[in-house]
Amino acid sequence: MKILSIETSCEHASVALLLDGETVERTLEGHSNHSERLLPTLKTLLAEAGVALGSLDAVAFGAGPGAFTGLRLACGVAQGLAMGADLGVAPICSLEALALQGRGDSIYVATDARMGEVYSAACRLSHGLPVMLAPPTCCPPEMLALPAEGRWTGIGSAFAVYGDRIPQEVLDRLGPQQQDAVPRAADVARLAVRLVEGGALVAAEVAAPLYVRDKVALTTAERLARGGRA
Amino acid sequence: MRVLGIESSCDETGVAVFDVEAGLLGHCVHSQIDLHATYGGVVPELASRDHIRRLPALVRQVLAESGCSLAQIDAIAYTAGPGLAGALLVGASYAEALGMSLGVPVLPVHHLEGHLLSPLLSADPPEFPFVALLVSGGHTQLMQVTGVGEYVLLGESLDDAAGEAFDKTAKLIGLGYPGGPQLARLAERGHPGRFRLPRPMLKSGDLDFSFSGLKTAVLNVVSGPEWKPEDAADLAADFQDAAVDVLCAKALKALELTGLSRLVVAGGVGANRQLRQRLDVATRRKGWRVYYPEPELCTDNGAMIAFAGARRLAAGEVPGMACAVKVHPRWPLAALRAPGAA
Ligand SMILES: Nc1ncnc2c1ncn2[C@@H]1O[C@H](COP(=O)(O)OP(=O)(O)OP(=O)(O)O)[C@@H](O)[C@H]1O
Repeated sequence: MKILSIETSCEHASVALLLDGETVERTLEGHSNHSERLLPTLKTLLAEAGVALGSLDAVAFGAGPGAFTGLRLACGVAQGLAMGADLGVAPICSLEALALQGRGDSIYVATDARMGEVYSAACRLSHGLPVMLAPPTCCPPEMLALPAEGRWTGIGSAFAVYGDRIPQEVLDRLGPQQQDAVPRAADVARLAVRLVEGGALVAAEVAAPLYVRDKVALTTAERLARGGRA
Repeated sequence: MRVLGIESSCDETGVAVFDVEAGLLGHCVHSQIDLHATYGGVVPELASRDHIRRLPALVRQVLAESGCSLAQIDAIAYTAGPGLAGALLVGASYAEALGMSLGVPVLPVHHLEGHLLSPLLSADPPEFPFVALLVSGGHTQLMQVTGVGEYVLLGESLDDAAGEAFDKTAKLIGLGYPGGPQLARLAERGHPGRFRLPRPMLKSGDLDFSFSGLKTAVLNVVSGPEWKPEDAADLAADFQDAAVDVLCAKALKALELTGLSRLVVAGGVGANRQLRQRLDVATRRKGWRVYYPEPELCTDNGAMIAFAGARRLAAGEVPGMACAVKVHPRWPLAALRAPGAA
C-alpha cells in the first residue's frame, strides 16, 4: 500500500508517505509559507523513496476542522495531484488523525477554533484506530461535554488556550492532557488505509474540506435585523 | 500547444482550454453572484469555499467539451493575482499540483494582463501597440501596450474604481447587488442633466481618475430634502453620464498623447452601452478604432488566462518548475516583464 498525505490544518504542517505500513514524514518549517514549501517537499519525499505519483493507492489530506485556508491548500493540492495522476482521494478528519496520538482507548480531542471557540470530537479505538462517536462540533469552551461513561484522555490545543473556560466536570474526567500535540500527516496516511481497503476513496471533484464552522457571514437581512446597515 | 487556464481571483470560477493553432477549444465560467447576493457583496470566505467546490468538476467539464484529455495539456496557466488571497490560493494550489502530477509547466498569470489581452481573442483582434482602458470593479487604468508584458501605466483612479463607483451608487439609489448593470439599465429610462453632478478631474491635465467625489455627490442628492425615489432613473442617468464623460475624455486624451490609434477596452464596465457608444462615435471622428472583448469574455473568465499564458509561452517565457503555491493579492500590472526579458 502506498499513500501520500498532507496535513496543513494548523500552523504545524507536515506531509508523509506511507509505504507498506512504514511512514516517512516531513514537517514544513515556518508557518507563513506552508504553501510555497508544500509541493517541493512532496516532490522530494517521493523522489527519495523512488515512488512515482501514478503508483500510489491514494492521496490523503487532513480535511479539518482547522484553519480554513490551510484546509483548502491541502484539499486543492490533493485534488490537483489526484486528477493528474488518476488517483482516488482520502479526506481524513484532522481531529481523528490527532486522536491517533492519544494515550488510551477513549480520546477526547479539542482544538482551538479561534474566535473564542473550540472544535471537538470524542473518539474510541476500534481495531487500534480512532473512530468518532459523532461528527465534530464547534462551540464555546463552556459548552464542551464528555460522553456519559468513563475516563477520557484529552488531547489538542484547546486545553492550553481555554483551560480556564472548560467546565470543571469535563476536566475532572480527563486524565493529564496532551496539550501540545498537533495533527500529523503520518497519522492522516494511517487513517487513509482503511478507506483504501474499504473502497471508500472519493474522486477529486468530491473531495472537500470539513469546515464544521459554517456560519461565516451575516446576510443583509440579518445585519438589518441586528440594527446594522445594509 | 494546448494551455489549460484557471481563474479564481474573485467571484467567478473560470476554466478554459486554448490551443495555439486552433484557438479557444472550450471555456466555462461559474458565477457566484447568486451566492453573494443575499450578503450584499462578495464574502471572501464563501467565495473561496465555492471555488474549491467547483473547480475540479469544471475542469473535467471543459476538457470534455473541448474534446481534450488531460494528457493532451501542454501547460497550465492560472491567475496568481491580484485578487482575494483565499480565492487565488484555491486556483494556485490546484493548478500547481495538477501541473506537478502531469509533469507540465505551470504559469502564474496576472489577472489584468488576462483582461487586457482578451480582445486579442476576438474575430477581429487589434494589433500592438494600443492604449488599454481597464475598467472593472477593482481597477480603472489607462495603459500603453506595445506587446505582451510591455505595459506602461499612463493613469489610474486615485480612489474608487469605476465599477466600484457604479456599484456604490446603485446601492445608494436602492438597487440590489451587483449594482453596476442594474444602474446602467435604470439610466436608460432616465434623463441626465437635472442634478448637475461633478466630472471629477476632467480638467486635471493628466490621465488620472477620481470617482469617490461623484459617489459623494450622489449621496448628497439622495439624503437631501428634495429627494424623491421616483427621480432614481434621472439620477442614474446623470451619474452614468458623468462617469462616461470622464472615462471617454481621458481615454481620448491618452490616444492623443501617445499618438496611438487603437483603443482596447477591457473589464466589466466595458459592457456599459453608453460608454461604448460614446467611445465609438468619438474615435470614429478621429479615424481611430476601439476594440472590445467578445461579450462573454468581458467579465472574469479562464479563456483570457489560458490565452495570456499561451502568448507568454509562445513568446519564449520559461516557466519555473518550482511548484510554489504563491499568490499576489496586490500586484501592479506595470511590474510585469515581457516574456524572456530579465
Ligand atoms: N453595463 C455596465 N455598466 C456599468 N458597470 C458595469 C456594467 N456591467 C458590469 N459593470 C461593473 O463591472 C464590474 C465587474 O467587472 P469585472 O468582473 O471585470 O471586475 P471585478 O472582477 O469586480 O474586478 P477586477 O477584475 O478588477 O478584480 C462591477 O463593478 C460591475 O458593476
